[in-house]
Order: sequence, then structure tokens, then C-alpha cells
Amino acid sequence: MLVLSVIGEGLIQAGKLLITGDPEMLEITWRTLQVSGTATLISVILGVPLGVVLALRKFIGRWLLISIINFGMGLPPVVVGLVTWIFLTRYGPLGSLGLLYTPTAMIIAQVIIAFPIVAGFTVAAIQAINPKMYFQILALGANRWQLLWLMLREARLGLLAAVIAGFGGVISEVGASIMVGGNIKGLTRVLTTAISLDVSKGEFELATALSVILLLLTFVITAVLTGYQQHRRQPQ
Amino acid sequence: MKTKKFWVIGLILVFLLLLAGCAKQPAAPQQQAPPTPKNPDLILSSTTSTRDTGLLDVLIPQFEAKTGYKVKPIYNGSGAAIALGEKGEADVLLTHAPSSEKPDVDNGNFINYQLVMHNDFIIVGPPDDPAQIKGIKTDTDAFKKIAAAKSVFISRGDKSGTNTKELAIWKKAGITPKGSWYQESGTGMGQTLQVALEKKGYTLTDRGTFLAQQKNIQLAILMEGDKDLLNIYHVEQVNPQKFSKVNADGAKAFVDFMVNPDTQKFIADFGKDKYGQPLFYADAGKSVDQIGK
Repeated sequence: MLVLSVIGEGLIQAGKLLITGDPEMLEITWRTLQVSGTATLISVILGVPLGVVLALRKFIGRWLLISIINFGMGLPPVVVGLVTWIFLTRYGPLGSLGLLYTPTAMIIAQVIIAFPIVAGFTVAAIQAINPKMYFQILALGANRWQLLWLMLREARLGLLAAVIAGFGGVISEVGASIMVGGNIKGLTRVLTTAISLDVSKGEFELATALSVILLLLTFVITAVLTGYQQHRRQPQ
Repeated sequence: MKTKKFWVIGLILVFLLLLAGCAKQPAAPQQQAPPTPKNPDLILSSTTSTRDTGLLDVLIPQFEAKTGYKVKPIYNGSGAAIALGEKGEADVLLTHAPSSEKPDVDNGNFINYQLVMHNDFIIVGPPDDPAQIKGIKTDTDAFKKIAAAKSVFISRGDKSGTNTKELAIWKKAGITPKGSWYQESGTGMGQTLQVALEKKGYTLTDRGTFLAQQKNIQLAILMEGDKDLLNIYHVEQVNPQKFSKVNADGAKAFVDFMVNPDTQKFIADFGKDKYGQPLFYADAGKSVDQIGK
């Protein structure tokens, strides 16, 4: 088995799947977007405000909280999956919610993975703003909301990096998704878990094809986000 | 402007995917509407080797169409498959590690323990057979020769049914496998076969997975037929009296389905068209001693 022929075969199969609009591939891809997109969105809604507060407000334990967030950026997805699974099992603390082996469980696990990433990058992005700017804006008579809006715009580079990093972290993970989702066909299978399954079955060409599709998907989305991030920015 | 182009391309693609997602909503099944049970969700815990044979991919939809249950199959190695049952986290199990199942049957964790089918384990290895085990009659003798020759042997090392069987053979042969020749892959059967191929080593595998993978795995079958190598599948319910949250009706329906004559006939024929031989032998109703006769 020539390794290169696997890649070649994989590319050809990816093309076939895309052109024919293979229903199973579309279903898996759509679910991938749904799960990771929702998780990223929730993580941004929760993570950006927290990051801003941590960056701008002084309070006891601030350093500890930021340390925990930064630690959370490196959480192994498989560990997140295991712990979430334990909580969601029938006889676990949240078992009565009946969420195990559903896309919702996958979203929960992915939020746990992405949220610290988004928050951590946001803290760094806001803290990177020249502190003089903070006072300048206030001196110009801005109210609290205008201040916030302007600071966020100023930190746009870092904030979009936060979103891209959060999204990248969850669309690529497989450990948590398999544990809490179960990789069930038609219900909780996403691109990464499908690829993992195909590899374990020895179907390397199909695994490569799905990999190509996943990479394309991720590239398109991050390219769009990058476009917005880099808008009108040229390196000095 | 560059940004506008990005936005437009991005939005169009997302829109297309959205459309595809909407269009893909599966149409409701139009054959005679199956009964809708009170609790339609059924968690089936089984093993990756069972999954890899493809049998359940065909049987589960049949079961769902017939009974209206919606099965969530969760596949792990036998160790985890059985452990899920022991914790009441699954409703029904299809497993093939009788020695690991026995304690749970004895202590009442599992009920309605029914024989379903069997296939067999085989020892595969490099076609040139460095340990020269071809033609050996018993599995313990074959293992002894492999250990003596210190030929590379890949163990699954994951408490799966296959792994449990492998360890039992070493034990019977009176050997504790140790050394650089004995390697544990810690992965499923498909991948373990791949490792064995790459390292030109021997491994114990169930025939079903091997047949399903044969086009990718150019290893030879070097030892087969020992009665000790039978791989026996049982289906069992998790005891609802011990675990109140199990779906007992659904589990019973699945057990009944697996042993009924139509399903048994299907199992007996499964794989014939693709591999020239069936992947399983159907055994419902027999006692374990009668298998293989």
C-alpha cells in the first residue's frame, strides 16, 4: 500500500463526495458546523465579557482567576470529555437531564474547551491596549458603554484571534466528542469522530477524504474571520 | 474590496451548507408505521470488533423498523462495554467475553443472558511465518513457538474480548509474555492488524474483522480451528431491578430480536456474498457445549 496513493485516492474521493453532494457527508459536515459553531458562539458570549472584566477590573483573586483561565486553555479535550461524561451519565449528578450521547452534550464539552481559550486570549488582547488609551477615551467624555465598545474595537486583532483559536480548538477535537457523543451515526457523528472511526476500521482513503473536507471547511471559516481581522491592516 | 469579497464568499458557502443541511432532513419512514414504544431510546453497549464486522449496521435498522425503538449503539473494547452494563449506563449488551460476563450473570447485574452466535479467533502473521507455526494444532503450542522464537507479537492490551482470549492462551501455555517482541497496541482490532502488518508481527484476531480488512492487511492466516479459539457472542439485558433507569422493555425486545429465527438466519448468511464465507455461525437456543459441532 503506497502511502501517497492513499492521499491521492483520498483527494479523489473527497472530490466525488463534494460533487455528488453525498448525503451522509453533508449531514456529518452540517452537524460539525452546528456543534462547533454553537459552542464557539456560546464561548464568545461568555468568554469575551469575562476576559474584559478580568483585564480591566482589579479585585482580590484576579491573578488566581486569570491563572485558572490560562490553565484551562491547555485542558486536554479527552479529559474534558471524560469528566463531562461522568457528570452526564444516568447515575451521575446531571444524569436526569438525559443529555448523554446527544449533540447537546458535545456542545457542552466543546464550550468547556473553547471558553477558557476565548477568555484567555481576550484578557491578553485587552491588556495589550496602551493603558493611556483607556484614559484618553474617558477624558474625551465617553460613557462606560462607549469606552467598552472602543476598547473592543481597539483590541480587534486579539479578539478575533480569540474567536479563531476557540473555534479551531473545538472543530479539531475528537476525544470529548466521542466520549459524550458516542459517535452515533445520524445523531452525534461529526467529521473528526467519523475520521477516527474510519481509521480504526482501516478505511484510510475515506478517512483522508473526510479530512480534506474538514480542512477545507476550517480554512474557509478561518479565512473569512481573518479577512475581518486584517481588514485595512497592513504591517507597519 | 478584499474584505467584502471574503465576507461574500464566506456567507455564500455558509448559506449553501445551511441549505444542504435543511434539504437533508430525513423523510419519515413510509413503510407500515412501527409501534412507538413509551420509551423509545435504547442504549446498546457492544464492542468495536462487533461494530467492524458491519453486522449491527444492518441489524439495528431492521430492529428499529420492526419495533420503533431508536437504538444508540456505543462501541468500546469488551472491558468498557461490560463496565457500562455493570453501572446501569446501558440497557442491553452484545458482548463476546464470556469469562468476563460470567461474574455479572452470577451476581444478577445481567439477566436474560442468551447465546446468539459465534465466530472464531485466528492467529495471523507475516506470510513467511518466522516462528513456523503453520500447521500447529493447538493455540497454546502456537503461542509457545512464537515466544520461543521471540517473534514480534502484537497484543491489543485493552481488556477487549480478543485481548482476554489472548491472555488466557498465554496463561494456559504457562508463559508470561514479556520483552521487546511482545507489544501492546492499546487500540481496536482494525488498527492492531495494521500495526502487526507494519511490524511484520503475529496477532490474535477474530476472523470477522480480519475478513473485513483483508484487502488492506496482507497477513496470512497461520493457525485456526482449535476449539479453544471459539469467539462466543451473548446478548444480555441489564437488570432493571438493580438499575431503575434502564429501558427494560426495549432491552427485552432487542434480546428477543437477536434470537428469533429470522434474525438468526440473517446472521448465518451475513458476509457470504462479500467474503465467500459467513462471518458468523448462528447459535441461538443451543447450549455452549454444542457450539462448533
